Amino acid sequence: MGSFEKKVTRFWEIFINQNGYNKVLTGLKNTVIIAVVGLAIGIVIGTLIAAIEVMPKYRRLPRILDKVCRFYVGLFRGTPIVVQLLVTYYVVLPLLGVNMPPVNVCILVFGLNSGAYVSEIMRGGILSVDPGQMEAGRAVGLSYSVTMMKIVVPQAVKNILPTLGNELIALIKETSVVSFVGAADLYVAFSYIGSNNYEFMVPYLAMALIYIIMVMIIAMFVRLMERSLRKSDRRN
Amino acid sequence: MIDVIDLRKSFGGVEVLKGITTTIREGEKVAIVGPSGSGKSTFLRCLNCLEDPTSGSIIFEGVDIADMKVDINIHRRHMGMVFQQFNLFNNKTVLENIMLAPLHVKLTDLRKKKLKNVFIKLYNLFASDKKPLYEIKTTRQQIKQEVRENALRLLRRIGLEDKADAYPSTLSGGQKQRIAIIRALAMNPKVILFDEPTSALDPEMVKEVLDLIKQLAAEGMTMVIVTHEMGFAREVATRVLFMDDGQILEENTPDQFFTNPQNPRAKEFLSKVL
Repeated sequence: MGSFEKKVTRFWEIFINQNGYNKVLTGLKNTVIIAVVGLAIGIVIGTLIAAIEVMPKYRRLPRILDKVCRFYVGLFRGTPIVVQLLVTYYVVLPLLGVNMPPVNVCILVFGLNSGAYVSEIMRGGILSVDPGQMEAGRAVGLSYSVTMMKIVVPQAVKNILPTLGNELIALIKETSVVSFVGAADLYVAFSYIGSNNYEFMVPYLAMALIYIIMVMIIAMFVRLMERSLRKSDRRN
Repeated sequence: MIDVIDLRKSFGGVEVLKGITTTIREGEKVAIVGPSGSGKSTFLRCLNCLEDPTSGSIIFEGVDIADMKVDINIHRRHMGMVFQQFNLFNNKTVLENIMLAPLHVKLTDLRKKKLKNVFIKLYNLFASDKKPLYEIKTTRQQIKQEVRENALRLLRRIGLEDKADAYPSTLSGGQKQRIAIIRALAMNPKVILFDEPTSALDPEMVKEVLDLIKQLAAEGMTMVIVTHEMGFAREVATRVLFMDDGQILEENTPDQFFTNPQNPRAKEFLSKVL
């Protein structure tokens, strides 16, 4: 045990005295930003796709949009996120002539990626809402899109909130690959600390701990949100 | 008021409505009765195009609303509908349920007018012939207030003003259905379509709902009612349509229909239910 204590002391020294904590904080910030903003983008994209997929398909436009959405979902579910990051950063953006900081690229890719997953979650959520709700909205003269946004989607979101929380947790953990394109996340921070004296045991343990704590906090938040959204179900 | 001309509807390959032609005049209370699977509900849902008719036309106030090019949302505002399963918006309180549609319609109108005024002002800057602006008499706040008061007035009418802030899941079936009826009323419709309004209710709640419908009938509201409550149909309706197998087999006054039905299938049906 003596050597472990020594390792902890050394880790602590680098963490405090050699600016290690700064790197960790930056990494933490990037991780959270990429996951949260990514999920926000994902929810917007996913809701749009889900709304298109559940649309009645008499006309040609919804049918074409549906094909496009399916292609998109297939593309982003069919490739690992590392590949998406690399292709976007080294192929797509240079071809388009766009220059973006790595963190922004990560936000974009994580948003697009989670959009594909959220669309399926959201579609299930929308289908779980009683079709009578849509009919009632249409019957009082609201348009399809207004009924969707004001009546159906809020109820769908309530139903899928636990699954969306899961998605956020998955995103948080998946951000550990963003160093592939040079974005500074927790992994980069703790590797830096570890490589300072070639001692990786304590830094990586600390990294694991931080991930666990983050996930626990998110789970708590999701539960709180769920409870406040459930108020329309509660009987007084 | 509503002219239905050779209305047909197929689901997949099955023809559910086989050419229905009838006219619903203002102030009439039309009861539609018939065995289940006869197409009564489909017919009613075709009247406001919740089901798009396969062919035929529905002329509502001079406009063929079965035409897909018509903006159906505008016409639906004048046709209330009450469902068997109530279909109150679960994520809204009772008051919000009633206010939602009128508020949305009025605020959208206001927004459109304001937008048009901006363009007219721009046009007036450059043109010599000044166009008049659209008159805007009310602010958003006033509209909200007005709609809210109307909703509360309707709630008071059915004696449920204390439920204004409750969610639908906390209400009984009878309360839900009465709120669904005044939600339809809040749009000041010209006709209300009832799709088996009491079929999903516990027996002791049927009366409060039927009483409200009777009140509306007495006030002269035009109604089309699909129902299994024969006594109610007889009491309220001014005309009874008997449907079976996607067709109207008999059209008669309630007294004639219930005492002396002409059609053999209507006779058979009545002998089973009365």
